[in-house]
Formats: sequence, structure tokens, C-alpha cells
Amino acid sequence: MAIWLSRSKKIAHLLKPKIAYFPQPKIAPSEFSYKIYENHVNSSSFGTLSGENIRSPHVFLDNSATMSALNRQWRRTESTRAGEQVETVPYSDDNYEDENQALDFPGGRVSFTHEMKFISEAADKRIPCYRVLSDDGYPIAGSRFEQVDKETAVKMYKSMVTLQIMDNIFYEAQRQGRISFYLTSTGEEAINIATAAALTSDDVILPQYREPGILLWRGFTLQEFANQCFGNSADYGKGKQMPIHYGSNKHNFFTISSPIATQLPQAAGVAYSLKMDKKEACVVAFTGDGGTSEGDFHAGLNFAAVMDAPVLFICRNNGWAISTPISEQFRSDGVVVKGQAYGIRSIRVDGNDALAVYNTIRAAREMVIHEQKPVLVEALSYRVGHHSTSDDSTKYRPVDEIEHWKTARNPLARFRKWVHKNGWWTDDEESELRGSIRKQVKYFINAAYFFL
Amino acid sequence: MDRDPRVCVFGEDVGHYGGSYKVTKGLAEKYGDLRVLDTPIAENSFTGMGVGAAMTGLRPVIEGMNMGFLLLAFNQISDNCGMLHYTSGGQFTIPTVIRGPGGVGRQLGAEHSQRLESYFQSIPGIQLVACSTVYNAKGLMKAAIRSENPVVLFEHVLLYNLKERIPDEEYVLSLEEAEMVRPGEHITILTYSRMRYHVMQAAKTLVNKGYDPEVIDIRSLKPFDLYTIGNSVKKTHRVLIVEECMRTGGIGASLTAAINENFHDYLDAPIVCLSSQDVPTPYAGTLEEWTVVQPAQIVAAVEQLCQ
Repeated sequence: MAIWLSRSKKIAHLLKPKIAYFPQPKIAPSEFSYKIYENHVNSSSFGTLSGENIRSPHVFLDNSATMSALNRQWRRTESTRAGEQVETVPYSDDNYEDENQALDFPGGRVSFTHEMKFISEAADKRIPCYRVLSDDGYPIAGSRFEQVDKETAVKMYKSMVTLQIMDNIFYEAQRQGRISFYLTSTGEEAINIATAAALTSDDVILPQYREPGILLWRGFTLQEFANQCFGNSADYGKGKQMPIHYGSNKHNFFTISSPIATQLPQAAGVAYSLKMDKKEACVVAFTGDGGTSEGDFHAGLNFAAVMDAPVLFICRNNGWAISTPISEQFRSDGVVVKGQAYGIRSIRVDGNDALAVYNTIRAAREMVIHEQKPVLVEALSYRVGHHSTSDDSTKYRPVDEIEHWKTARNPLARFRKWVHKNGWWTDDEESELRGSIRKQVKYFINAAYFFL
Repeated sequence: MDRDPRVCVFGEDVGHYGGSYKVTKGLAEKYGDLRVLDTPIAENSFTGMGVGAAMTGLRPVIEGMNMGFLLLAFNQISDNCGMLHYTSGGQFTIPTVIRGPGGVGRQLGAEHSQRLESYFQSIPGIQLVACSTVYNAKGLMKAAIRSENPVVLFEHVLLYNLKERIPDEEYVLSLEEAEMVRPGEHITILTYSRMRYHVMQAAKTLVNKGYDPEVIDIRSLKPFDLYTIGNSVKKTHRVLIVEECMRTGGIGASLTAAINENFHDYLDAPIVCLSSQDVPTPYAGTLEEWTVVQPAQIVAAVEQLCQ
């Protein structure tokens, strides 16, 4: 670590002053490091969020693991092999202020090097994901997060249960022939609900199709869900779209369009209008891992970055795009690294950890609105269900893998343990809730027939 | 694929999954997953990839998971597939086959029920073919693969389940020929793809009512087989076009213009064109039915024309 510190001027300003003294750079050696410096400055003027265990959202700068990752990111530009080459890099840190060491090109100043070094296609370590609760529901030692109050936590848990049960029953309804199609969000309940909880109702949502939890949180009733799936006369979409293609302008939830990633360029447009209106709200655009391959992903992110659009891009990386695993979708380290390519701040979070997702989205939303810049969040998860009712995923992936994620890595179970431990939820309430939701969903499905 | 090692398949979920309508089922096991390639979700990219592969000697068959998604590949299809042979002065050929399920299905929603034949018909340099039976699907596919030109083969979502006995020996159909489905005397009904079945159903009713319709499945949407069509018009002097694409700017519109131009003297009545309504296809079953031409409407139109 010490060696890297002495070599790398760029990270000097990331350190707290008491650790080491380095002269403040008068000229940033490259635009890139200047950006990080700027971020750090902004973070201190950030202000605190409510609750206990508060830290600034740029907490990751203090975390040594992430710091090393950052180090490695910097080192990546100097050496293609970990550790070895660093000492031999003829870093011009002694002549830092010497302007002769930098060149002017369109796009800014770049320092030059006489060593030909390729940036490696893969960092030594993958970007770590932010998580706060262990699999047992205990907060991980040393983790810092914004505490969620009892009311919110219980509402979150109840919504996740409702979403899970709703998915199960509607899926069965499709199998019974009552509706023609359905698509579940099983395994991704935490992403859905925790994100919704972290946003306000003014934030405009541009969904892909696996985010009904957001509508659920915002007050879309089970009856309204059933109506849309049945395409009856009470459906807001007036029976014009397939099931699960919800849309509700009063909930600020854009009508879902099946083709992948088409909503991403639209996000920049909505953000533009919010910017014109100077609203305290942002746009939240979702996509899956498969959607990042579409041309619209590139177009959407690039535009948002250039236009300083207040968009929060959330990528649900659940490992599968119908039958295509992510190893066949892209070769990068997931989606989080793509943010930097567009000049967009990004973070990777454990999508099955509701608390971590909540914290991340809260922080990201603040950044997006106050700095008026896009942010990319990659939420890692697993698509427990089939792609849709037209798919049988056991044909292309092992059943025990699905079972493992359904049970051992279940986001509901994990969050439940935490809520339970805080004394906010009991087993009795659990069975009562589940029973009640099941009854309600079935009731509303039957009721939907009246409006057909 | 057996005959020619240069033939390969690209598309989303075509390999191990066998394709969203199982058209490529078993091919990846047989020919390996390089020849039957699963691509990431980027239609413009894999169509472009197909063009590049074709220019260097391969014969790709590109599948759009649903024809509607190929709109994302429009640039590659029009500017590249269609034009490169011309703009390179003939140095490069683009022997691709672009295929996929299209047409109005059962409650698939607007985005999965597109009829791209009308959007593609203006593109210079490509051939459009629509198959409608098991027999002509095989023959046309073989012809399309063997063709040196880029061919867009329109399959229909609802016709994948048809079963028919076909000859064991190899046969290749012509890409530019129309198919005489039912010879007749009173009126020429021109149709293609799924509407052929609606027309045949209407024909049964019409025969009972004493009419004798001649039904031609035009198959080749670009260029039109004006020879077969012309002969028929000269015989019956009345034309009814029944199609599934939209009224405005559809195949029927072009066909009407072509017949009027060439065979005006032989017509006893104006050409009637029955097409789908100019609306996005709604999801609700009852509404969806209303947007597509039904046999009853065909019968009514024929009766009107033959008065």
C-alpha cells in the first residue's frame, strides 16, 4: 500500500490529511482523476441523511476494500499485471507541476508516457458489491447504512410478501388458462420494493417489465393488477396491451413496452423535461442484463451523461436473458464498469439485500437530483422464476441452481430475519399476512371477470 | 446446413434453446454452437454481423425473435443488406436470409404483432417472400438460402403448428413465383401468409353460394409475380386482395397499383383491397379480431364485386 501511495499522486487527495502529506496537485494529470477529486469535494457538502449509523453515501471511499479496488483501477492504466510493474513505472510525480509532461488534445489535457501499456480487459478483482445484511439477516460488522424505521421496514417486508404471492397466484392463473401470459419477478422482490421505498412518488419510473413491485409500493391495488392482466374494461390500458404491461400515469409509471431497452433513450427525454421544470425528482430507468446489449443502452446512457440528465439507471443483473447467460451476453465485469465508460458514476449492490438496495438508491437519488447527473446502479440478483409463462428454464439451467437461489439466497427470508430480530415482525403476523394476501389476490382475480 | 458448410444461423436463443418457436431445435446439437450462434440482444448488431459474414463468403440465416424486433435492425437491412451489392459494383454479394415470426398472433400485444412486409417493401435490393404452408415453407427456405440475394422470409406465428405430408426428396421452390391455390372463373383473390386460410374458408362459403373464386397465394411479395397474376386477371377480370398488413402503404396498396398499371384494360371493376385496420394491434381478443380481415368480410366483398 505504501509503495502505491508514494507512486500515485492521483489518489493523494482521497486520503484523510492526517495519513500523509502530499502537495495538492495544481494541474490534474488527467481529466479522470479530476473527476474523482470533484466527487470527493461534493461528498463533504452532502449533508446527513436521517437515522442512526449515518455516514455520507460516499462511505465507499473509506472502505479499504473498495479503496484497493480504486487503487487497482488507477493502476490499471499503468500496468497490465498486478503488483509487478508498479515500481518500474517512471512516474513523473517529482515533476508533477511540470506542464511539459502533458499534452493538449481535443477533450482535454492528457499526460503521456513512453511506455506502451494496454489497459487490461479485466481488472484483477471484480468490482465488489455493496451489501449490508448477511445471509442470516445480521448487519455485517463494520457496515454503515442508513437505518430504516419500523414502519418503513414492515411495509417493505409486507410488500415483498404481497409481490411474491401475487406472482405465484397469477402464474398459476395463467397455467389454468385464465390469463394468456404472465411474467414473475421471483427472486427480485428486494430490488423492486427497496427501490420503490427509497424513491418518492414524484420520481418517474421507466420500467423494463420485471418491476411491478414499484407500482405495488405506490398504491396500485391488487384489483388494478388483475384488471390489467385480464385486459378488462377497468384496465387503465383499456385492454390494449398484454398482461404485466402495466402503466399508470397517476403513479408516474410509464406503460411497459415489450422490446428491450427502448425506455433508456426515453429516460433522457423525461429527465430533460424534469430539468426544465426544475423539479425535485429524478427519472428511474430499469433494464436487465440482456438489455445492456441493445444499442439503446449505449444511446440512452451516453445521452444522459452528455445532457447532465437526472436519470438513475438501474440494471437488474439477474444472470439470464431468457436462455442466454451473462457469460454469453457481455465480456465485461458485469454492468457497473460500463458506467465509467460513459462518464457515469456507478455502483454495484447486492440486489437480494433489501437494506443495501434501499441505502444505495437513497444515496444515488440524492446524487442524481442535487448534482443533476446520471448514476448507474447494478443490482446483482438471480432470476428464480422462468423468463415468463412461455418459458421453461429447467431446459437450460440446472434445477438445483434454481432451488439454491430460491431457498438459501431468498431476499425475503433474509430481510425477514432482520425485521424479526428487531422485534418488528412475528411469525403469527407472517402467516396471517400470507393467508390474507392469498385470499385477496384470488378474490380480485375473480372480480376481474366482472369487468370483462 | 448439411449440404453447405457455409450456412450458419444467428439469433437470440436459437442455439440451445432451439429458438422461441423451436424453428432451430436440435440444430445446435447437430452442428455445434458456432454455426448455430446465440447472440446478445442487439438486433442491429447481429444483422450487421450477418451482413459482414455474408460479404466474406458465409451464408447466414438471421432470425429475429419476432419480426417486430427487426425494426431495430432496419438500418442494417436497408442500407447494408440491400445496398452493398449495388454500391460495391457487384464485388460483394450478401446472400443472407432474414427470417422470423411475424403477423398477428393470438393476443400477443401490439409490439409482437407487426407486419414488416409493408415497411420493407421499398428497400431496393432485397427480396421479400412469405411462406404459408409446410410445403412452401421448406421449399422457399431452401431457395432463399441458395439465393445470392438478401431474402427476407416472412413466417407467421400462427402457422408454426401446421402439419402436412411433404415429399422426402429435396425440392426447391422458386422465390419469384406465385402459387395457384384454387383455380376459378369469377374473381381473382390474391393473398399471402395466414390470410390464405381465411380466404380458403371464405371460398368454401362462396362455392356454396355459387361463386367460383380463383385463389392465388402470391408468395413473392417483392417482386410480384405479375405473370401468374396477369393471366388470372385476364381470365376473371375482377380482383380482390386480402392481406394482413395495414391498409396504408401495405403490400396490397402496391399490388393494386401494379395491377392497375399493367392490366387496366382487363379489369371490369375497381380492385378491392381488404387489409388490417391502421391501428396498433390491441391485446384484447375481441378487439384484435376486429382489426384483422375475417372470412365473413371476404365473402361480403366478393359478393359486392361480382354484382
